[in-house]
Amino acid sequence: MAGKLKDEILYDHNHDGIDRRGFLKCMAWAGTGALCVMSGGVLKSYSLSRLPELSAKEDLGELSFVQISDSHMGFNKPANPDVAGTLKAAVDKINALSPAPEFMLHTGDISHLSKPEEFDTVDQILKGAKPKYVFYVPGEHDVLNDDGKQFLERYGKGSKGGGWYSFEKKGAHFIGLVNVMNLKAGGLGTLGHDQLEWLEDDVRHLKHSTPIVVFAHIPLWSVYPEWGWGTEDSAQALAYLKKFGSVTVLNGHIHQVMQKVEGNVTFHTACSTAFPQPQPGKADSPGPMKVPAEQLKSVLGITDVNYVQGQQALAVVDSTLA
Amino acid sequence: MRRSVSIAVLAVALVFGMGTIAVSQKNFLASAQEKPATTEVKIDNFSFGPATLTVPVGTSVTWTNRDDIPHTVVSTEGVFKSKVLDTDEKFTFTFSKAGNYPYFCSIHPKMTGKVIVQ
Repeated sequence: MAGKLKDEILYDHNHDGIDRRGFLKCMAWAGTGALCVMSGGVLKSYSLSRLPELSAKEDLGELSFVQISDSHMGFNKPANPDVAGTLKAAVDKINALSPAPEFMLHTGDISHLSKPEEFDTVDQILKGAKPKYVFYVPGEHDVLNDDGKQFLERYGKGSKGGGWYSFEKKGAHFIGLVNVMNLKAGGLGTLGHDQLEWLEDDVRHLKHSTPIVVFAHIPLWSVYPEWGWGTEDSAQALAYLKKFGSVTVLNGHIHQVMQKVEGNVTFHTACSTAFPQPQPGKADSPGPMKVPAEQLKSVLGITDVNYVQGQQALAVVDSTLA
Repeated sequence: MRRSVSIAVLAVALVFGMGTIAVSQKNFLASAQEKPATTEVKIDNFSFGPATLTVPVGTSVTWTNRDDIPHTVVSTEGVFKSKVLDTDEKFTFTFSKAGNYPYFCSIHPKMTGKVIVQ
């Protein structure tokens, strides 16, 4: 996957730093989410568009869940005038999965402008999904104007501080982190002292063999700091997770699939269900990428992760809506 | 973009007499004192333009978001703070005291700018 990032722009039709070939490559990775399959302590992730080819061959493990991200409900610009439609398409894909995933993770930017009706619309659409439980972490678009008060009222029940929390599923330990609050001028995403202290304590008593799944909106690795695609104090968070044999980090925010393995940690970012964003540095800014309508669904997706007990890291592959 | 920056630089040069035409400098300052000037900052492509703006005391600065993505205009030192600005929405703040006013977009903190009030 990483090798594809080296692609050169062959012909820049719209002077936006992206050529048609680049679009197609990007679309091939994209998905409105991912199916995550944990198998033997190893998390694998599949882009939902590729599920038909993969599911026949793959063991769905002891736990599977879905990651969706960046629904941006309320966005209505040319990059995708129908974000509700593409979220519904993602739900249809999720509902086609067999067996049904146990739950969903939403890695933030549920809404575009933090408006109550935007959250309502997403809630309504996700009610149509077979997995009944959704775990959320906020994106920066969900905490506009009120420092996250509305987000916490809606989705933060039982969470700590600014909305962070952890839970156990079938022997795996899931940690939802918040890195979109109190951002400082010139900086990146921030976890903050309180959350880091909580994290250290949260994992202190876990066995080293416990598979860890961390999810947060802004990537916890430096994807492209020039565009703010990274988290200032993520190194400290990852230091607390060093002792574990299997750590998977799931993020959203950048509206494209990227993966990276560093030691015991596998990092993944998911596609948006709303609109794609350019590859790092391949445009003047990280604004929405406009693709032809008939191609849009192929750059949106969901991530599915399955878990099978074992010793390795989880792995994620993304799928598109097309 | 480049043109608007150079126009802004020219305007600043005129207002503060960085050029050598003393008479026009005087006239400009006089008119600025009579009627507060309004100055625009455009938000394009995840950046403030011009990123540094120098204005006389009493100037109202208006920011306009021309991106497809919402932004905010937030003083680093807590002097002013806009609501979130969707596409084409504006925020205006009047600078009544001299000083340096760094600001940023609280949603995309890599976006920074500065207003220098003299």
